[in-house]
Amino acid sequence: MALTGDAIGTGLAAMAVIEVRGLTKTYGDVEAVRGIDLTVESGEVFALLGPNGAGKSTTVEILEGHRTRTSGTVSVLGSDPTDRSRDFRERIGIVLQETAVEEQLSVSEAISIYGTMYPRRRPTDELVELVGLGEKRDARVKTLSGGQRRRLELALGIVGDPDLIFLDEPTTGFDPSARRQAWSIVENLTSLGKTVLLTTHYMDEAQYLADRLAVIADGVIVAEGTPESLGGRATAATLITFQSDGGDLDGLPAEDVRVGENGRVTITTDAPTAAVHRLAGWALERGIELLDLSVSRPSLEDVYLDLTGESSDG
Amino acid sequence: MADHPTSLGLLATQTQYQNRIFFRNFTAAFFTLLFPLMIFVVFSLIFGNEYIDSLGVNLSQYFGPAMAAFAAVSASYTNIAVTTAYQRDEGILKRIRGTPLPAGIYLGGKIVSAVIIAAISVVVLMAVGVAFYGIQIYAETLPAAIVTFIFGVGCFAALGLLVAGLVSSGEGATAVTNATLLPLAFISGVFIIPSDEAPPWLDTVADFFPLKHFVEPFTDAFNPTYTGPLIQWGDLAYLLLWGVVALVLGIRFFKWEAPAGAGSRRSRRKRKVEAT
Repeated sequence: MALTGDAIGTGLAAMAVIEVRGLTKTYGDVEAVRGIDLTVESGEVFALLGPNGAGKSTTVEILEGHRTRTSGTVSVLGSDPTDRSRDFRERIGIVLQETAVEEQLSVSEAISIYGTMYPRRRPTDELVELVGLGEKRDARVKTLSGGQRRRLELALGIVGDPDLIFLDEPTTGFDPSARRQAWSIVENLTSLGKTVLLTTHYMDEAQYLADRLAVIADGVIVAEGTPESLGGRATAATLITFQSDGGDLDGLPAEDVRVGENGRVTITTDAPTAAVHRLAGWALERGIELLDLSVSRPSLEDVYLDLTGESSDG
Repeated sequence: MADHPTSLGLLATQTQYQNRIFFRNFTAAFFTLLFPLMIFVVFSLIFGNEYIDSLGVNLSQYFGPAMAAFAAVSASYTNIAVTTAYQRDEGILKRIRGTPLPAGIYLGGKIVSAVIIAAISVVVLMAVGVAFYGIQIYAETLPAAIVTFIFGVGCFAALGLLVAGLVSSGEGATAVTNATLLPLAFISGVFIIPSDEAPPWLDTVADFFPLKHFVEPFTDAFNPTYTGPLIQWGDLAYLLLWGVVALVLGIRFFKWEAPAGAGSRRSRRKRKVEAT
């Protein structure tokens, strides 16, 4: 018997929280989602990135049970979200992209009313403090600023102490300190063993919070990995750049050199240490200064823009 | 896993919450509670309180209960249709749908809340009528008034739910409820006392819709010269029929999200955000 119990325990622990295979969604003639596979493990923060209209929100809304799918299999917390069972909805928390709370209620009223719907609920006072609305607890929702509303929305998303939290662009419109605060709330959730599915437009947010991420473009996943490895970032060539003073670049000891119109010189190399060494020697020999010298790997944003085909100056 | 919260407890919370939202929404509270009272007072100032032959009672004795019935319909039909549609525009229905709250309890809370608000408006209006306009309330016909009230408010609450499901925005719900309720009020004995001078086809129209089947038995319950059966089952059955059909269709057509591209407050807000 003990053995059986162990086997069940192991089976549960190994089971993914979200398991998606071949998901598609068609609206009329439009294929919003064209075959997505996705696995999110328990306790993970998984970020979905992608431009507007890429199928990101449609995918999330299918996982939340708000939309039906056209084809494919979907399992969330071991059940099919389309069934929208009450047990399922008690275990998920949804933070909508747009704040939708009755303006006539106060902050603490809203949290406690939504709290009554769940079997496990987090205390109102604790949540009010957690999202930094302590001074606003008796204020009507209509008097809150945009950022404060988003934080209330975050509190409503976790009031039922969910095992899986959907965060749809949770920090859009936040000032930097409010974002930091929101991030620490998410970290707090993961330290409690919760699983988080995050969509965001901010690369630094994905980089900071996500254990793994996937980029959706045009209804398919174009890359998946950790923030460090996404799109071959870990093995990508290093870029050495500096500002040319307009003097001639003859004998520059590098193979892959590009000079921008603004005089910015970019050297691409797989061996940055040696390249920097040679470059420095070349500059010293000529007695010139390498203005604004930098050595960098492509940022997550560079990789993202490359993958989604969006230009950085767009 | 802990047990689900009890349905009764949830219904009580939802009812309380809908009531709170209603009373904190000035427009809704004004048009439901004060508007019928205002009409009653103004009409009484203009037309006085003389004896009306065709009714067998003084004007206020008829007009008070008629306006009370109208207030009850505003509290159920108009109130549910408009607030539900606006809540959908705001994304609140979508948020509710993402919680474990059963849909039936959410809608049930709206209906119970509407019954309570309707009861309050009827009591306020009748109390003013009794205190200042000499309206009499008769113990033997009061049960009939209460039964009629329950059937009437139930029927119009279901119709409110149906309208909310059929329109695409809060503005649409306001337009549809006003465009249906106000004309019917004129031909169903709310604003104008019933007379034989109206063309017969107008009576046929009024007979088809449910408002008259609520106002007539309700006003009869306050008329000492009325000699018919205490409880007018024919009218009540007709209200029940309308109510059941409206409820079935209302559930069938209920929408939790505003259709894309509807001229909702929510999409306007979104555009504003995008512009900044």
